[in-house]
Amino acid sequence: MDLAPDTLVLLSRLQFAFTVSFHIIFPAFTIGLSAFIATLLLAHLRTGREHYRTLARFWTKVFAVSFAMGVVSGIVLSYQFGTNWSRFSEATGNVIGPLIGYEVLTAFFLEATFLGVMLFGGDRVPKWLHALSAVIVAIGTTISAFWILSANSWMQTPTGYSMRDGIAFPVSWFEIVFNPSFPYRFIHMLVAAYLTTSLVVLAVGARYLLAGRFVEEGRTMARMGVGMLAVLAPLQLLIGDLHGLNTAEHQPVKVAAMEAHWDGSKPADLVLFALPDVKAERNHFELAIPKGASLIVTHDPNGLFPGLKDFAPHDRPPVWPVFFSFRIMVGIGMLMIVIGLLGAWLWWRGRLFDSRWFLRPVGYTWSLGFVAILAGWMVTEIGRQPWVIYGVLRTAQATSPILTSTVAISLALFVLVYCVVFGVGVLYIRRLLQKGPTPTSHAPEATLPNRPLGAAQRAARDALADGGRP
Amino acid sequence: MTGLEYTMPVIWALLLGTAVALYIVLDGFDLGLGILFPYFRSEADRDQMMNSVAPFWDGNETWLILGGGGLWVAFPKAYAVIMPALYLPVILMLLALIFRGVAFEFRWVAKPRHRKWDIAFAAGSTVAALSQGIILGGLLQGITVIDGQFAGGAFDWLTPFALMCGLGLVAGYALLGSTWLMMKTEGPVEVRARRMAPKLLVLLMAFVAIVSVWTPLMIERIAARWFSLPNLFYLAPVPLATLLLSWVCWRGIRDGRTLQPFLAAVGVFMLAYAGLVISNAPWLVPPTLTIWDTAAYVGSQVFMLIGTTLLLPLVLGYTVFVFWVFRGKLKPGEGYH
Repeated sequence: MDLAPDTLVLLSRLQFAFTVSFHIIFPAFTIGLSAFIATLLLAHLRTGREHYRTLARFWTKVFAVSFAMGVVSGIVLSYQFGTNWSRFSEATGNVIGPLIGYEVLTAFFLEATFLGVMLFGGDRVPKWLHALSAVIVAIGTTISAFWILSANSWMQTPTGYSMRDGIAFPVSWFEIVFNPSFPYRFIHMLVAAYLTTSLVVLAVGARYLLAGRFVEEGRTMARMGVGMLAVLAPLQLLIGDLHGLNTAEHQPVKVAAMEAHWDGSKPADLVLFALPDVKAERNHFELAIPKGASLIVTHDPNGLFPGLKDFAPHDRPPVWPVFFSFRIMVGIGMLMIVIGLLGAWLWWRGRLFDSRWFLRPVGYTWSLGFVAILAGWMVTEIGRQPWVIYGVLRTAQATSPILTSTVAISLALFVLVYCVVFGVGVLYIRRLLQKGPTPTSHAPEATLPNRPLGAAQRAARDALADGGRP
Repeated sequence: MTGLEYTMPVIWALLLGTAVALYIVLDGFDLGLGILFPYFRSEADRDQMMNSVAPFWDGNETWLILGGGGLWVAFPKAYAVIMPALYLPVILMLLALIFRGVAFEFRWVAKPRHRKWDIAFAAGSTVAALSQGIILGGLLQGITVIDGQFAGGAFDWLTPFALMCGLGLVAGYALLGSTWLMMKTEGPVEVRARRMAPKLLVLLMAFVAIVSVWTPLMIERIAARWFSLPNLFYLAPVPLATLLLSWVCWRGIRDGRTLQPFLAAVGVFMLAYAGLVISNAPWLVPPTLTIWDTAAYVGSQVFMLIGTTLLLPLVLGYTVFVFWVFRGKLKPGEGYH
């Protein structure tokens, strides 16, 4: 077996991790946002209330900027499998290739094409068709997630294939697409995307309410954000638990790393905090609830599940990133439940819009969903190591036959370009959010080159004029 | 080789070829606008140029994803050789596409400080087109393959021939862009585009002529394909039709027609593309791997073909629908809204 040099593997992994991490932020946001915009347009169609349309137009601007960043960072990925992981591409092309192909055909074209109507068709097509375009875009983003997560899940829990001469051949497409971890991962990710967007919407609404601007829109945003969080955040806890049980069944070593559980012969404590020591195979400074992890993983306080020591060191994932990312994700999830339930209670008491002690901190939580999603992906992807296809192909055998220096150059370029381009993008989104929605009157925008972002343009001019503050 | 193992790669090669052709035409004209951007000085002109493609560019660029993804689906071994071999130009193209793609949105949000995104749009489009031409040239001139794996160096693609292909594609996309502007815009933008187009047409024809002479001189099997009998008679219409269409394009530009120059330019492009296919079929990674050597497992190709047969007409259908929704000329100062 030929193993590529360690640095080549490491740099290739870093490059993929870096580019995919930047990418996932935007689809995660646009999956939720497209559904939100479609809901607003449908609500406008049904009730005729103008502020729904104002809100839809406002979030569509944010959506357009995010979607553009998602598209360009996504193209990179569809080529990177070949440029940096050619042995992986060759080994899995028969199985994963079609899943990616179906994603492009069923989802990407749908989104990209109807996006044109959604962004620019407001005045060119009837209202119902405009709303329908938004619905189609939302459906497209969801189908897209379906295929991508199916492909990713197959790498975690491969089924329905046979290996011949190091190449995977499909045996059952149903088992490949609906592999054991796919349903859990798909629902978990979809709900995560909705939660992330809901928190952004709620945070922006809270800021408007605090500042006393766009009060009607701010109230709608706060209500919709709180409503989504109150329902979905507790639900996500349940889904996450089911996903965890599925992982314990199919990838026990990943769960052992998540819980920093070394000795499989004893019930596991729920480690709240520790510094895992990989050499000594134990935890330092451990703060733990006795038998808690056994209760969670096996649903029995005295239940046993494999510990890290049950696996040869070269089959274990890196413990630190998996262990800490998992805690970050769960911690943020708990916080979302608190925000959702507290918000719902305030709403029920009729005090949601003037409880400043609630709105002020919530206004700062917009980024938490993104952090949780990235942390979650770190858990599942680093937890799969040292395999690229779990139990089948090692990451070290999956790289391209290229020079380490070449990858070093491209990685440096990616870091530079992404930090500049997407840094500026996030700054522009912030600027749009600070400016806030503009009412849907038809008159004033005619003086500027008209485009949905024509209003954004004005926002930018104003923002620059008073030093970036609204 | 059973019947299916022979025909499926052929069908897939045709499908993938069609996808690449659609990409070249569709993204060709919007990359072309970026290449022409520096020659249009005023902000209003540039706004108008960007507005003329704003509703379409996402969809156009999706064909590039289909090209990359499709190559992986249908010919994984070719994908696994071509991508590492052309690593640097591919990465360069991707980075350039990032700059020009985000410029579509960022430019409007950044106003009035949008100059940097004007530059990003122009430079990104030009470098992306140049890289695509270099990728094409790098593929045509041959890739070192040992045991089905890429076995060359990081800069094998860097040759005068590949650079020339890069420049040729930049000129070609610029021509498509200028004819698009004649079709979709009015006023000073259209006038300027009409003045530039003939020069671009001459430039493109010069590059087409150079490639047509250079490739058979460089590669013997291409010379054999074109200049042996009876092939010479069957294939002679290709260059003749190219000349005829470029004359039609020229006339259209001069006579102030709106649709004719664009369609003729597309025709010229398609004929040049057909010429390359004729030169190289059935090699997918010249000079070592054919479409049959690199094909995916026939079951995977069939599974994907079922979906493609059902979905591709739908995709084409709504692509046409969107172009129809935003049909007609865009007036100065007007935008989609």
